[in-house]
Amino acid sequence: MSQGVTTAKPAVDSRVFTEGMRVLWVAIRAEPWVFAVAVAGASLHAAVNVASASVLGGITERVILPAFEQGRTTTAALVAAVALMMAVGVLKGLGLGARRLYAGLMQYRMQARHRRAVARKYLELPLSWHQRHPAGQLLSNANSDVEAAWQPLAPLPMAVGSVVMLVIAAAAMLVTDPVLAVVGFVVFPALGVANVVFQRRVTPAATRAQTLRSQVSEVAHESFDGALVVKTLGREDTETERFTRAAHRLRDAQIRVGRMRAAFDPLLEALPNLGVLAVLLIGVVRLADSAISTGDLVQIAYLFTLLALPVRALGWVLGDLPRSVVGWKRVSAVLDAKGGTDHGEAVLTGEDGLRVSAHGVAFSYADAYTGEPADDSGSGRDLDGSHHEEGGARTTVLRDVDLELAPGRVTALVGPTGAGKSTLTTLLVRLVDPEEGTVLVNGVDAREYAPGELSNATALVPQGTFIFDDSVRDNITLGADIDDDAVWAALRLARAESFVAALPESLDTRLGERGASLSGGQRQRLALARALVRSPRLLVLDDATSAVDPQVEAQILGGLREADLEGATVLVVAYRRATIELADEVVYLEQGTVRDRGTHAELLERSPGYHRLVTAYEQAAEQRAADTAARTTDQEAIR
Amino acid sequence: MSAPARTRSGRDDASATPRAEAGADAGGGTPSALHRSADSAWATLRRGVALSPEFTQGLALTVVFALVATVGKIVVPMAVQQIIDNGMLDENGADLGFVARAVAVSAALVLVTAFCSYAMNARLYKATESGLATLRRKAFRHVHDLSVLTQNSERKGALVSRVTSDVDQISTFMQWGGILLIISAGQLLIATVLMTVYSWQLTLLVWVSFLPLLFGVRWLQKLLSKAYLKVRERTGEMLGVIGETVVGAAVIRAYGTEERTAERVDASVLATRGAQVKAQRLSMAVSPFAEIVAAFAYSAIIVAGVWLGIAGALSAGELVAFLFLVTLFISPMMMATEIFNEAQNAIAGWRRVLGVLDTAPDIADPGAAGRELPRGPVSVGFDHVSYAYPSGPTVLDDIDVEIRPGLRVAVVGETGSGKTTFVKLLTRLMDPGEGAVLLDGVDLREVAFSSLRSRVVMVPQEGFLFDSTLGDNIRFARPEATDAEIDAAVAELGLGDWLGGLAHGLDTPVGQRGESLSAGERQLVALVRAYVADPDLLVLDEATSAVDPATEVRIQRALDRLTRGRTSVAIAHRLSTAEAADEVFVFDGGRIVQRGSHADLVKEPGVYADLHSSWVRSSA
Repeated sequence: MSQGVTTAKPAVDSRVFTEGMRVLWVAIRAEPWVFAVAVAGASLHAAVNVASASVLGGITERVILPAFEQGRTTTAALVAAVALMMAVGVLKGLGLGARRLYAGLMQYRMQARHRRAVARKYLELPLSWHQRHPAGQLLSNANSDVEAAWQPLAPLPMAVGSVVMLVIAAAAMLVTDPVLAVVGFVVFPALGVANVVFQRRVTPAATRAQTLRSQVSEVAHESFDGALVVKTLGREDTETERFTRAAHRLRDAQIRVGRMRAAFDPLLEALPNLGVLAVLLIGVVRLADSAISTGDLVQIAYLFTLLALPVRALGWVLGDLPRSVVGWKRVSAVLDAKGGTDHGEAVLTGEDGLRVSAHGVAFSYADAYTGEPADDSGSGRDLDGSHHEEGGARTTVLRDVDLELAPGRVTALVGPTGAGKSTLTTLLVRLVDPEEGTVLVNGVDAREYAPGELSNATALVPQGTFIFDDSVRDNITLGADIDDDAVWAALRLARAESFVAALPESLDTRLGERGASLSGGQRQRLALARALVRSPRLLVLDDATSAVDPQVEAQILGGLREADLEGATVLVVAYRRATIELADEVVYLEQGTVRDRGTHAELLERSPGYHRLVTAYEQAAEQRAADTAARTTDQEAIR
Repeated sequence: MSAPARTRSGRDDASATPRAEAGADAGGGTPSALHRSADSAWATLRRGVALSPEFTQGLALTVVFALVATVGKIVVPMAVQQIIDNGMLDENGADLGFVARAVAVSAALVLVTAFCSYAMNARLYKATESGLATLRRKAFRHVHDLSVLTQNSERKGALVSRVTSDVDQISTFMQWGGILLIISAGQLLIATVLMTVYSWQLTLLVWVSFLPLLFGVRWLQKLLSKAYLKVRERTGEMLGVIGETVVGAAVIRAYGTEERTAERVDASVLATRGAQVKAQRLSMAVSPFAEIVAAFAYSAIIVAGVWLGIAGALSAGELVAFLFLVTLFISPMMMATEIFNEAQNAIAGWRRVLGVLDTAPDIADPGAAGRELPRGPVSVGFDHVSYAYPSGPTVLDDIDVEIRPGLRVAVVGETGSGKTTFVKLLTRLMDPGEGAVLLDGVDLREVAFSSLRSRVVMVPQEGFLFDSTLGDNIRFARPEATDAEIDAAVAELGLGDWLGGLAHGLDTPVGQRGESLSAGERQLVALVRAYVADPDLLVLDEATSAVDPATEVRIQRALDRLTRGRTSVAIAHRLSTAEAADEVFVFDGGRIVQRGSHADLVKEPGVYADLHSSWVRSSA
């Protein structure tokens, strides 16, 4: 709603240039050959460009003028002229084509390379790391930050080619007349100063614009997301105002950046031009002193006019550099993130349900996460892209939890909101490791198992359902070699058979963001089938049927008992009484610790908290009776 | 479960949609309800520019600056030539005075040029950004005016991209392309006129030489626009898959599918790279082609010029001058081909924005003719209402009911029975195909939106909250509501203890989509929000999600008090809601098959009795 605009005030890094060069060097080292071809193309184009003037001059002198003087010409002369012109054209085209194609190739290759690297890192980092970083931020790391980092690669070969040209031109000038060359070169320190000033001023402004850009997108996203609320409350006008405010902030920031660029570009053009004029002025003096010849001066003046283009190409690279450095740092922050899940070598044996136990387990979350802006290129994070995370306050979620899930038994985990139920489920299947204490699976520390051992034998159906942008079949099998009969059996068990059969392409129907849209209940049932199809030895359902109608939920849970899962150990996080009563044993969790355990009847009798929680519905009924009485009186008053 | 964990796992599911969609911002290839404008490129450009008056405001002065800046580019080459010819090669030796004067004048001109160039750039940036902001606002507003039907058939990410990246696509073109196009056209015209002065035959020859380039560019542009579209599609897919590694982090780890996911990422990243390189190959093909065409033009002029010269139709000086003029002709020509490339991008962006603006909002405010409803408990009538989704089966079939003012109605039925459609028609999120929905006897279609939205308030199933404070969210319906009023509303709904239990009270931040609160708490906020809006007809789509019993009790209590003294229609998923209603409508197959009080209905065999027994089983 009220988008507090954070006045971006990143530390202005005077070393943007050095850092930018380092970023570019990363790319050059990664793609030396592509870069070399692009630079060669750029140099060829530049060289032929210079040469073309003398070619045209040569043709004028040797073909055109003689023909006009003599009133006739030879075919050979004309053919030679045409051949020369065409050769120049082809060479220029070749150089230009090679430069642009390979510069693009380099840029796209670097983007692809780092997107893969970033995504692989996301897969490798532990869940706890993901929990500390907003998804929007991670997505923009893989998307716009990677893009920003490699933006200067497109004009880079041209700039390098131009620098080569520049160096040659400079050498030629020095040889011809050192004094004149030095006069001309005064331009370069001036260019350097202009560049430093530009970078310093533009970097914070551009960073701020980038932040505001993502805010515009956030406002739109949120507003469209809540379209139903906006519409049903008739708030379109105020929402449009809110969006317009964000759009105008972006506009003003962009205009600020634009004004700086608007000044920088003409300056880059004007300085070499002023240099040429200076050379001419001093040159004429030197000419009068007979220190140089007319030819020398003409040559130096000509060489100087050639400088305008390379300086502009350099300007393009330098202009993109600040954004590139910011982008690269944000990407590096991900690539350099530490963490991973350590595995041992232990192997799970047997076929039966797993025996899982927790001993003195404690866990806490960093507080920083909630309320942090999703993308904070300018505010929440420093320019160096570090995600500030460690060392903040932490909220203890679980402490000293002891728990035992016996093989083949169904345990219900019950507790009020915030008791730590979901966190406990993620610990039991080793999505995260406890900070203190251990989780034992069949008597062995969960950390000792080889990769894949636990994930193959356990299935967690989390509260939130995640559907991949893929077919129904692949969403169930997740690529495992499972035949369709087994898939259908799992769908049947999850009460998803009929709606999947009704989808246009049945199991082959594409789901996810580009596919058929499913209701929350249908998504949950697919997630359930995904777990069931694996015949897990430990099945953990974290309120996995919350979006399913109660009657369907009853059918599903009833089905689980009859199914082929009799050997499996099951843990159900439950709210509804009917679900709780399905369990062999109930564990009552409150404020991060196990308060009591036993059968439903036992807990009802001896645990007051548990009693209050599960009988709340009955209290509600009483309350309603009282309210209805009041309401009847109201209604009579109206009539 | 813990609060932070809730935030996280809540994100896992709910954000699976919006977040992954964020990735698709760039994508645009999927079939969508919004058409892409089918106008020709030229018409699109004209309409697009017309949409934002800022683009053309003060354009005349900008063009003047641009012309000076362009002409100024020849100052130094001319100065060099003049100084060499007149200052140095003067028969009396170098003329220092002349050179000094020439240099001074030139330096002044260089500075004037730089200033004009700055003024042009700055004005263009300002005009462009202002125009884009206007375009964003218009498109944003229009998206909200579209019906829920259209909104829902679009991915949220795709809608967002219409006001963000699609608009951004236009900026590069507007910042330099548009103005350069004007300048280049002018330069081409001037060059053509000057060339014609020297030799109309050679001028014709130059134009003929460049014709293949013009046709080639046209043809290439078609390929190019396809290639760019492919890039956007592939990028959208790629970001979606990368999004899965983030949003689906828990599932991927729980099932150990890291390797498979990594392969999917690789495939989509490489597919994107392939599409990019292909598009790049096409776009860069223009320039070498143009170079060769230019070389051909030079060759043709040399040959033809020599022949003309021999025939006595041209002097040597004229031919040499002509060759220099051709340079003047070629550089804007090359520039124009580059600009056409960039224009392709801008036009694609405009097409997508225009696509939004061209989609007529099918639920329109009657405007000035709209009627105001008087305040007070409202009666609801469905007069033989039927509804079918576009190219879909009939979902509501001849509904004809009357709801008395102040009555509390519960609507029940299986998924797909038509109960949701019933509610959408009642709140005018959609209009009926046949028949009419009446409030106090007035057809909903004739009621002014402002009146309708203030008297009829719907509490949707998902209690969507904005990323702000609790108080802001409650105030959403009526921004002028004071804290005292809100406190009173909270107390009235019996939620004082809940609000009191929050450390920051009304200032509690709710997080994105309200995910720092539990699902049940979000519903509570939605109920208070509705209470503050103070409607006469309250429409509720009850949430199905299970909440912990303590919150459940609060929701029940708040609901009871919220509906007191108002007409209310609730889609009931809870037995208790049906029990508490004055009347229950039982939907089945698009019709109301049973109606009556809970006590009566439960006794007769039928759809309701079946529903009831399964409710009882599950919540017993």
